[in-house]
Amino acid sequence: MQKTLRRYAAVFVLPTAVAFTVAFLIPFLMGIYLSFTEFTTVTNAKWVGFSNYLRVFRDSSDFTNAFWFTAKFTVVSVVLVNLFAFSLAMLLTRGIRGTNVFRTVFFMPNLIGGIVLGYIWQLIINGVLSWFMVDITFSASYGFWGLVILMNWQLTGYMMIIYIAAIQNIPSDLLEAAAIDGASPRQVLRNVILPMVMPAVTICTFLTLTNSFKLFDQNFALTGGAPGRETAMLALDIYNTFYGRVGYEGMGQSKAVLFFIMVAAIAYLQLRATRDREVENA
Amino acid sequence: MKKRLAIFLCLAVILSFGLLASGCGGDDEQGDDKTASGGTIYYLNFKPEVADVYKDIAAAYKEETGVTVNVVTAASGTYEQTLKSEIAKAEAPTIFQINGPRGYQNWKDYCADLSGTELYKHMTDPTLAIRDGSGVYGIPFVIEGYGIIYNDAIMRDYFELKTKKTDVSSMEDIQDFATLKAVVEDMQAQKDALGIKGVFASTSLKSGEDWRWQTHLANIPIYYEFQKNDVDLTGDETREIQFQYDQEFKNIFDLYINNSVTDPKMLGSKQVADSMAEFALGQCAMVQNGNWAWSQIAEVSGNTVKAEDIHFLPIYMGMEGEKDQGLCIGTENFIAVNSQASPEQQKLAEDFLYWLYSSDTGKDFVTNRLEFIAPFDTFNEDDRPSDPLAREVMDWMEREDVHTIPWNFTLFPSQTFKDDFGAVLLQYAQGQKNWDDVKNLVVTQWKSESR
Repeated sequence: MQKTLRRYAAVFVLPTAVAFTVAFLIPFLMGIYLSFTEFTTVTNAKWVGFSNYLRVFRDSSDFTNAFWFTAKFTVVSVVLVNLFAFSLAMLLTRGIRGTNVFRTVFFMPNLIGGIVLGYIWQLIINGVLSWFMVDITFSASYGFWGLVILMNWQLTGYMMIIYIAAIQNIPSDLLEAAAIDGASPRQVLRNVILPMVMPAVTICTFLTLTNSFKLFDQNFALTGGAPGRETAMLALDIYNTFYGRVGYEGMGQSKAVLFFIMVAAIAYLQLRATRDREVENA
Repeated sequence: MKKRLAIFLCLAVILSFGLLASGCGGDDEQGDDKTASGGTIYYLNFKPEVADVYKDIAAAYKEETGVTVNVVTAASGTYEQTLKSEIAKAEAPTIFQINGPRGYQNWKDYCADLSGTELYKHMTDPTLAIRDGSGVYGIPFVIEGYGIIYNDAIMRDYFELKTKKTDVSSMEDIQDFATLKAVVEDMQAQKDALGIKGVFASTSLKSGEDWRWQTHLANIPIYYEFQKNDVDLTGDETREIQFQYDQEFKNIFDLYINNSVTDPKMLGSKQVADSMAEFALGQCAMVQNGNWAWSQIAEVSGNTVKAEDIHFLPIYMGMEGEKDQGLCIGTENFIAVNSQASPEQQKLAEDFLYWLYSSDTGKDFVTNRLEFIAPFDTFNEDDRPSDPLAREVMDWMEREDVHTIPWNFTLFPSQTFKDDFGAVLLQYAQGQKNWDDVKNLVVTQWKSESR
């Protein structure tokens, strides 16, 4: 069997490999090439070397502003989403009545598209803020917390499911042993449950981190960057650079390449950091 | 076992290729059509509101000539990016649209010279076309106008009001900003007696919905500035402005936001559709917009505005000699033919365009279905669109006593400039920025975006 598999490996991989090459690899490499050129359409590019990359930082502070806004947003939402998701998972693994209903309900927001969610939450948030005679465009902090709320609402359910799976996987003899040894619930949580769900923590922080960093739809629909460009995150800033004016396509592309490097680097560091804390489930 | 596996894998491979092929297959099928009959051209349409009409036009043209016209419509506000990706394809648009001199700069490499075409020869005013040297690269195909649209029913109520504090008794008396301001402020004070919520519809300042202010309204002070300083509109002098009529702009903008249905602080979430609905429902008496807004007004359910009550007023903002100022009439819809398409295709495209604007069938579509005011001499008196705002625009255009303001906003440097301008206007309306910040931003952004 092993031998057969090995012989046909290339054939097995082929469909995915073709799709991956066409839809990802080629555009990605082309994108890197285009970031060194000036172009209007992808077919009439002129080589300009590194000047696009220099312009990213020299022309305006949009990119750096967007970076700091994104960084702040990511930190806050990674912490909050995981906190809520884990707490919900703990609650919903205790055999409360209606557990399945709750799980379904909390998971559901994940199935709605980001643009729709953005517009719905814009209505809700503006509805609440209208009591104070303002709206979400009034201050960048409204937009910031609006995005955090939206992100939590959407991602918590998904992460909760991952945590539930992890908690249910903890061998019951471990928990029993801890109980017999007289461990308090808090001790059980800290010394048994948390170490055992570390793999899930790795996955969940990875997902929330990259998702928050790459957030676009929700940002586009909820605030659109208002007021001014103060709540534009990196992806939206790249979009605005690329489509907002003539002659900035190459610069937008080089922002996109920088963006890729950043996301990859941060995700890698995070994976290494949380991996170290995982324990073997012997 | 092995055999079966091999067959299964082959099937899987074929299936995946089949999917891929059918994914890109759409164009191929159209390609086959081309050889079968007259040819195929591809028109990338800018106006989503008339997308269906173009489908009918294409069908009629196919019936008459056998030439297939594929009409693709870009979703609202995404024309530039759709064009960017479409034009790089093998089956690129043959006919597309540019929005003025700035748009031409962007698409220079793709615009064919149209100076020899029939369509250009029939233009009523050839100066409206986009020219570069001796070539003509964009032909306007629709003329549009904007100003302050008012509901005459409400105005008549006001003029008959016993508690009226001004001595203005008809709309003809309003011929400058001072009178307009007096009337508007008096109306706002007596809005309950008039049964309205405010004189002006909401000044929609949500991002992406602010073009009526950062583009259309801003056109007027910029036009006067270019006039006053004798700026050559085709040269580099337009790369810098002083915004010297900023106070006049502020006059009218303040009037809009302070005498409106909506509190100025709440404007950041208002859309154009909201404003038009307010006007259609009779909650306000005036709204700044153009003749294209008629369909939006008529479509609102519960619409209380009668077609005969709807008229235009020029946008007075306190300019010198504005008594003879007319509406802002012009176009940002220029048709261009793809110079990188094959000569046969370019010819087909030119024929289609000429047919649309000269044959009886084509003209019928243009006036009655597209409701365009077409700037070609193939159209005569009887070919006028029926919608009241378009008729008003034509009347204003023909009036001898007023001068029309052209659309100089096609010279605005970029979308980014407009977006930033809109954003700072919102912050000004909210009271977070003062007018100096607005003026400053306009001047500096204009310069930095004009590079």
